[in-house]
Amino acid sequence: MSLFSIIRIAIKSLTRNTTRTFLTMLGIIIGVAAVITMLAIGQGAKKIVDEQINSMGTNVIIVTVNFAASSGSARGDAGSGSLLEVADVEAIRNSVDGILYASPVYTTGGQIKFEGQNWRAGIMGVDVDYFNIRDMQIESGEPFYRSDVVSGNKVCVIGQTVAANLFSNTDPVGKTIRIRNIPFKVNGVLKAKGQNAMGSDQDDVILAPYTTTYARLLGNHWRSMMILVSAESKERIALAQQDILDLLQSRHRGTTSEHFVVRTQTDIAQAADTVSNTLTILLASIAGISLLVGGIGIMNIMLVSVTERIKEIGIRMAVGAGKRDVLLQFIIEAVMISFIGGIIGIFLGWGAAKTVGHYMKWSVAVTPWSVMLSVSFSWIIGVFFGWYPAKKASTLNLIDALRYE
Amino acid sequence: MVKPLIITKDLVKTYIMGDIHVHALRGIDIQINEGEFIAIMGASGSGKTTFMNLLGCLDKPTSGSYSLDGIDVHSIKESDLARIRNEKIGYVFQSFYLLSRTTAYENVELPLLYRTKLNHEERKAKTLLALRTVAIEDRAHHYPNQLSGGQQQRVAIARAIVNSPVFLLADEPTGNLDTRTGVEVMAVMQALHNQGKTIVLVTHENDIAAYADRLITFRDGRIIADQKNTNPRNAAEDLKKLPIIEDED
Ligand SMILES: Nc1ncnc2c1ncn2[C@@H]1O[C@H](COP(=O)(O)OP(=O)(O)OP(=O)(O)O)[C@@H](O)[C@H]1O
Ligand SMILES: [Mg+2]
Repeated sequence: MSLFSIIRIAIKSLTRNTTRTFLTMLGIIIGVAAVITMLAIGQGAKKIVDEQINSMGTNVIIVTVNFAASSGSARGDAGSGSLLEVADVEAIRNSVDGILYASPVYTTGGQIKFEGQNWRAGIMGVDVDYFNIRDMQIESGEPFYRSDVVSGNKVCVIGQTVAANLFSNTDPVGKTIRIRNIPFKVNGVLKAKGQNAMGSDQDDVILAPYTTTYARLLGNHWRSMMILVSAESKERIALAQQDILDLLQSRHRGTTSEHFVVRTQTDIAQAADTVSNTLTILLASIAGISLLVGGIGIMNIMLVSVTERIKEIGIRMAVGAGKRDVLLQFIIEAVMISFIGGIIGIFLGWGAAKTVGHYMKWSVAVTPWSVMLSVSFSWIIGVFFGWYPAKKASTLNLIDALRYE
Repeated sequence: MVKPLIITKDLVKTYIMGDIHVHALRGIDIQINEGEFIAIMGASGSGKTTFMNLLGCLDKPTSGSYSLDGIDVHSIKESDLARIRNEKIGYVFQSFYLLSRTTAYENVELPLLYRTKLNHEERKAKTLLALRTVAIEDRAHHYPNQLSGGQQQRVAIARAIVNSPVFLLADEPTGNLDTRTGVEVMAVMQALHNQGKTIVLVTHENDIAAYADRLITFRDGRIIADQKNTNPRNAAEDLKKLPIIEDED
C-alpha cells in the first residue's frame, strides 16, 4: 500500500471522531508548547545574564581577598580587609604582562543630599582607569582626571539613577552635592548600564577618586579594597590571572594562593552559564513530562481505536492487507496525532513565550534548535506510543477478527 | 482440456479448545478445475465454512496440503499469503463485511489499494468496471447503511472480483437475502461464471445449489457426495418469472 493511501485512510479515521482526536492531540499540544516555552524562557534568562556579564567591561579580572583564608595565621597587622594595597595596583599595572588598566576599588555607601533631595547610593572610590575597564561612558559633563586623583579633589561622577533622584529638573553637571555631609562637585553623569548579573542597579552609583574616598569617606575600621584589572585580550586573561596571583603572593609575606581570589569575567560567565543551563534543562524536563503524559494519552486512545476496529482490520486483511500494512496504518495515525499536535504546540508555545517575555520584559528566545527538538520528540512519541497498539492490531488472528462483534 | 486450479490432499483442521479437540475437517481430497461452478452443501457444523476459509487462505490447515494455481499454499509465509488473498482470491461473506462509513466505491477499491503498482486512473477504471459488472454503479457513492441487503451483497461481490482473481469463494452469499434477491445474486454469479470465473459457493438451499454445475456434500468434516449437475438452472431466466415483491430503487 502506498504511503499516500495510508495517510488518506489515517486522515479519514481521525476526522471520523474529531472531538476524540482533538482531545488526544491536546496532550501533545500542551506538552510541546510547555517545552518550547520553558526552553525559550531558559534561553532568554541565559541571554540576559550573558548581556549583564558583558556589561562588566572587557576582559575584566577581579582581585579580592579571601576572607575565610586570611582570617587565619597570615593575616596582616592592619586586618584582613587591608591585605591589598594601592601599591599592589601599581605593581600589577607595571609588572604583569598584557595588562591594559588596573584600578583599586573602595566600596562604601551613604546619604547624599542636593538642596532638599535625599538619596542613598553606593559610592566607589576608583582610579581613572576604572572608566576604561568597565566601559563607563560619560553622558554629560566630564569624568575626573589623574590630577584629581593625585590631589584628592572632592569631585565625582554620578549614575543615571542618582541623577534622576537628586536632580529632577536641573542639570547636575557642575553642581555640588553632599556625600555624608562632605561637599563633592559633580563633574559628569554616566551613561545608563542597567542591571548587573546579580540584579542590582549599576546606575545607582557614585564614582569618586579613590584617594578622596579613602581619606574622607572610609572609616578606619573598614578599608576593604578590591582591584579591577583589564587584560589586553581574551587570550591574555588566563595568563594574567596566574601572574597576578604569583605577584601578590611575592609582595605579601607569608601568604599563599589561598589568600587571594582572582576571578575573571570568563569564570563568572561560565558559572552563570552552568546555572542557566541547569535551569533550562530543569524547566524543559518538567515540561517534557507533560509531553510524555500526552504520549500515553495517544497510546490509550489508539488501543481503544484498535479494539473498536477489530472487524475493519479483519476485513482489510481478508482482502489482502498484510501485517505490515495494518501496522503502518495505525502507527501513521498515532504519528499524525502527535505530529500535528506538535506543530500546533510549537505555535502555541511560541505565543506563550512571547507573552511571558512581554509581561516580564525579558527577551525570550525561541530557537530553531528547540523547535527541531520538540518536533522530533513528538514524532518519536507518536512512533513509540503508537507501536504497541499497532502491533496488537497487526497480529490479530484474521478469522477471529472477522468474527468479532 | 481441463486445468486443475485447486488440489487438496488429506486436508485436516482441528480446533483445540482446552481439552476439547473439534475435528472440523477430517481429511479432504478434492480437485477443482478452472471454470467450474461448485456448490457445497451439508448440515450445520459439517465444516463447510472451515473448508472455505482454508481455500480462501484466511486460515491454515492443521495438516495436509493445498495447492492453488500451482502454488503450494501451506508452505508459504504469512506476507505472501496476504498477497494471494489479494490477487488470486475473491471472497464473498454471508454478512457482506463491508466497511461502514466507507462508500460502495471505496469498499470496492479497497483490495486495489494494497497493490502499489496501480496508479489512480487504473484503480478507478477497475473499480468502475467491477461496479458495472454487478450493476450497482448508480449506488457507487452510497454508504452500506444506505443500501439494501441485495445491493450490499452486490457491492461485496464487486469487491471480490475487482482485482480479477482466479477464483471466487462465497460462503452462503444468499443466506441473509430473500428469495428474489438471492436469485438476483445468483444471476450475477452465473454471469461471472459464464465469463470464465471459477466459483465455489456454500449454500443450505437446494434451489440455490441448482444453479451450480457440480454439487459437493459435506458431513462431519468429510465429503460424502460429489456429483455433476448436467443441467443447471438459469438464474437470469428464473428472475423474469419471479414476481417483484419489493422495488429496491
Ligand atoms: N474458531 C473455531 N473454534 C473452535 N471451533 C470451531 C471454530 N470454527 C468452527 N468450529 C467448529 O468446527 C466445526 C465446523 O464448523 P463450520 O463453521 O465449518 O461449520 P459449517 O458447516 O460452516 O456450519 P454452518 O452451516 O452452520 O455455517 C463446528 O463444530 C464448529 O463448532
Ligand atoms: Mg458456515
